[in-house]
Amino acid sequence: MTDMQKTSLAERLAARFGDTLKISVVRNETVAELAAADLLAVATALRDEPGFRFSELVDLCGVDYFGYGQTEWDTSDVSWTGFSRGVEGEAVGRFDWADRPHDVNHPHRFASVMQLLSIEHNQRLRLRVFCADDSLPLVPSLTAVWPGVNWFEREAFDLYGIIYDGHPDLRRILTDYGFVGHPFRKDFPLIGNVEVRYDAEQKRVVYEPVTSVVPRVGVPRVIRDDADLMQAKAEAADDWRRN
Amino acid sequence: MAQEIRNYTMNFGPQHPAAHGVLRLVLEMDGETIVRADPHIGLLHRGTEKLAESKPFNQSIGYMDRLDYVSMMCNEHAYVRAIENLLGIEAPERAQYIRTMFDEITRILNHLMWVGSNALDLGAMAVFLYAFREREELMDVYEAVSGARMHATYYRPGGVYRDLPDHMSQYRESPWHKGKDLKRLNSWREGSMLDYLDAFTDDFPKKVDEYEELLTGNRIWKQRTVGIGVISPEQAQAWGMTGAMLRGSGVAWDLRKKQPYAKYAEMDFDIPVGVQGDCYDRYLVRVEEMRQSNRIIKQCVKWLKANPGPVMVENFKVAPPRREVMKEDMEAMIHHFKLFSEGYGVPAGETYAAVEAPKGEFGCYLVSDGANKPFRVHLRAPGFAHLSSIDAIVRGHLLADVVAMIGTYDLVFGEVDR
Repeated sequence: MTDMQKTSLAERLAARFGDTLKISVVRNETVAELAAADLLAVATALRDEPGFRFSELVDLCGVDYFGYGQTEWDTSDVSWTGFSRGVEGEAVGRFDWADRPHDVNHPHRFASVMQLLSIEHNQRLRLRVFCADDSLPLVPSLTAVWPGVNWFEREAFDLYGIIYDGHPDLRRILTDYGFVGHPFRKDFPLIGNVEVRYDAEQKRVVYEPVTSVVPRVGVPRVIRDDADLMQAKAEAADDWRRN
Repeated sequence: MAQEIRNYTMNFGPQHPAAHGVLRLVLEMDGETIVRADPHIGLLHRGTEKLAESKPFNQSIGYMDRLDYVSMMCNEHAYVRAIENLLGIEAPERAQYIRTMFDEITRILNHLMWVGSNALDLGAMAVFLYAFREREELMDVYEAVSGARMHATYYRPGGVYRDLPDHMSQYRESPWHKGKDLKRLNSWREGSMLDYLDAFTDDFPKKVDEYEELLTGNRIWKQRTVGIGVISPEQAQAWGMTGAMLRGSGVAWDLRKKQPYAKYAEMDFDIPVGVQGDCYDRYLVRVEEMRQSNRIIKQCVKWLKANPGPVMVENFKVAPPRREVMKEDMEAMIHHFKLFSEGYGVPAGETYAAVEAPKGEFGCYLVSDGANKPFRVHLRAPGFAHLSSIDAIVRGHLLADVVAMIGTYDLVFGEVDR
């Protein structure tokens, strides 16, 4: 325990796993990135070894990094006509399926992010695994290490199409029976693809292509430079909160 | 010739009153014994996390109320704290006390709902009615502070929407409320909201005694809960359980003590833990938590009465300027316009902020790329993790015990389905 207090979690992780983990500490949150191939071995060690004892996997979710940092409204350049007035870009909610954005050069779109909790040491750790192949995002399942991850992996599969290799029961969980597509992907339209209504003639609920809503988002997505100044300030005041 | 009996499959819900909303549970039965339980969830899936990606940060606070819709402000707290983490701002002290107080009011609201509906599921009608009596009193506090009885949208990054009101609204005379009855109803409501809460906290422990009198020693209640749904501490951790589900199994883990946020470090309260890890222990834990929450509220009321001050940061990038200032100051006008149209940019980065919600750890994993809208919000709902364990827990139990188990999970499908 004295050893625990002397070294930080990041140092202990680096000492134990070496180059396997890419560790960063921001705002006192420890994040480790690793390759999918190493995940099972690292997770088992993190759960069992006395220096870590991450007995709980609190959360797992998918992330789609498609369009990260993309804006719809240019605020950095001012021409003689002033700031651009029109909204350009295809951020969430502005397109339907036919006009969905395509991005060919986007390596490592999908990631699976896990939040671990050690009750014994009162510590948290975030693991991130990027999927090597965007067309078939594949990550090993952790159900053998923490059974509670079962539904979280099903959710990430349902919403992002990340396939968890070795999962005993990888069914959809949140979307409708017979749903097509992975709705939380950034190129999936916010309005969806189908709508349902009751058909009085057929006397049943029917599915039809969506027509009753059109893509509409009121506020453009903007990244301003002053946000960077605030970030610098936030990092300077790094240790004001513990976890 | 021996008779062959085949397992049969049964649909429990989504229209069953004990399914707590929209749970569809497909049960494989051998006689009255559960062989396999397969919950189908998602009937209340609204895509909250995706919707949040299309809106400026502040516009999603109201969605958080609608996740776990019996512990509204705790959900807001997790989301707001995640934004504050990335912005690097901290709410003023008074706002922190207000948040602590409302988190605990919310905990009582949630546990009252839980004790009432769980008792109703297991055949005790009266508790539900008693519990709603006190819920009404606390929802009046929600209304006084935010204008809404349930979906308050009261917390903001950098503080809370406004300070506590100076008076409580009173009942008017009507054919149903008059004379002595009216006087009794309004007797707490003469002063400020804090006076009202002071009276409530003095009165509430007696009310908890009433619930306990109905249930704790009740033979039927004990037959339905003692030894049912036993979860070992190891099992609880492996299944990602938090909150009363984990404490009921004897693990003294509470974020309010272990990773204190808001003003919990300054509060004097105890963490009850169970011994057996069965439904009865979890009931006892939750009942005791109500008493402890009452203690915390009392401490907050005392502090808040003595210490006036700002409840919102003085940073006009995230907080709206005062109305009077706006009438005269052009800068304030612009800040107001920018805040309510474009919103504010949150520095690029990611964070995970968790609070001890009444049901367990409610977390918000937030990824920002520097824009005025979140890039990714993931909400970690305690009920989702808890319900996923149902197959492992109820196998071999009787059908009636499944009802007890669903009750003890304290499920609300707003947060499970999101």
